[in-house]
Amino acid sequence: MNAITRYLKSLLLIELGQGLMVTLRYFFRPKFTINYPEEKTPKSNRFRGLHALRRYPNGEERCIACKLCEAVCPALAITIDSTQRDDGTRRTTRYDIDLFKCIYCGFCEESCPVDSIVETDVLEYHFENRGEHIMTKEKLLAIGDRYEESIAENRRQDAAYR
Amino acid sequence: MPETWLDQLLYMVILLLKIIAIVVPLILAVAYYTYFERKVIGYMQIRRGPNRIGPLGLAQPFADVFKLLLKEIILPENSNKFLFLLAPILSLAPAFAAWAVVPFDDWMVLANIDAGLLYILAMSSLGVYGLIIAGWASNSKYAFLGALRSTAQMVSYEIAMGFALIGVLILAGSMNLSEIVLAQQGGVLDWFWLPLLPLFIVYIISGLAETNRAPFDVAEGESEIVAGFHVEYAGSGFAIFFLAEYANMILISALTALMFTGGWLSPFEGIPVLGDTFLGEGSIFWFLGKTVVFMFIFLWVRATFPRYRYDQIMRLGWKVLIPITIFWVLVTAVISVFGLVVRGS
Repeated sequence: MNAITRYLKSLLLIELGQGLMVTLRYFFRPKFTINYPEEKTPKSNRFRGLHALRRYPNGEERCIACKLCEAVCPALAITIDSTQRDDGTRRTTRYDIDLFKCIYCGFCEESCPVDSIVETDVLEYHFENRGEHIMTKEKLLAIGDRYEESIAENRRQDAAYR
Repeated sequence: MPETWLDQLLYMVILLLKIIAIVVPLILAVAYYTYFERKVIGYMQIRRGPNRIGPLGLAQPFADVFKLLLKEIILPENSNKFLFLLAPILSLAPAFAAWAVVPFDDWMVLANIDAGLLYILAMSSLGVYGLIIAGWASNSKYAFLGALRSTAQMVSYEIAMGFALIGVLILAGSMNLSEIVLAQQGGVLDWFWLPLLPLFIVYIISGLAETNRAPFDVAEGESEIVAGFHVEYAGSGFAIFFLAEYANMILISALTALMFTGGWLSPFEGIPVLGDTFLGEGSIFWFLGKTVVFMFIFLWVRATFPRYRYDQIMRLGWKVLIPITIFWVLVTAVISVFGLVVRGS
């Protein structure tokens, strides 16, 4: 009996018909696809994207060349040289991040005592020439100036958990 | 008949224009069939399919075609150069030539020959030579395996397909495609799909196998033998194989519409109110609409079923489809003898 029903089932294509109905149902479902450049998925305020160096509101750069980020960086992507400035404070003369080495772990940001090096939520960037992947101090400061508003807002939202 | 050379010339020009009027829309249909396929399969996988090039992605087929045509033609070192170049043409030509006898409407047919069905069968079996020659001329093991597989598959399913059409022949009493359609007059229930339901389904299944479409696409079998018979082809050679495959699919869909669902006849024919309006009249739009439905079924099946194992294909062809068709041909003969289906009622 069992064999006969199984035979009839396969002969009458019943299970194949059921399969076709599944794909037909999916055909009319709303689609998951996000039309990327026009639509974007929401980002967390803890998103770790392109790096930036921040300044204090008076324009002074935050970084004090303590080299904690350089020490903590697991990918050895950060290179720092420092010197004593004329006013007696210690400042960096060189602050390079190799974005090809960087693994975007966020340890540099966590280790920074003055909230200077941060990772912004910028994820759309590219390089067109060899060497552009080395983010110099000037580039990092420029990024910080440009995105200061969103950087500060993301830090404010996360402040209670830090 | 044309008498002077001027008449003959005119006759030739008109014939040529008619051929162009069929082939150009056909090539466009093939282009948009690929787009349709990607959209349908995308939708069934809850994706959106191509939508970047042009509005709704409508320029995508042209982008694909130009990309393929601009690519380099690669001739494998140890291939048979002549056959290697001949194969794509051999597979494309029959797919287009078969359209000569397809009636689009009451009067819209290029060659209304009496043995139209035989001609169609001949043309659709010729297409396999392109595949075989491509597989052999490539001098590559994957291509050769693909060619062997498609040969055996075509031979097996041709039989089931032929038997399915014999049922149509018995009921219609003619091999002329226009007369086959006219024998189905009288509304949806008078079309041949109802008395020939098993043959109708067998025809669709063997149509899938004939055109090497999923779930019978072992001739290509991406995951087993890379791309099967056309693994060595690049650029325009590959494009022509692609064109031939899709032209064949459209052809099979059109034939199913002609043989089993009344071609250009309206489904509202004979229904009191609707049938009296313009909807009741047969027209080319009904024919095209039915063809598109069957074209959709091709894609639907591809989006649903996994590929058959090779021995399962053979088992299905020889041990299931052929006995069913033979049995139903006998039933059809009985029906026909006792006049249970009245021709052209």
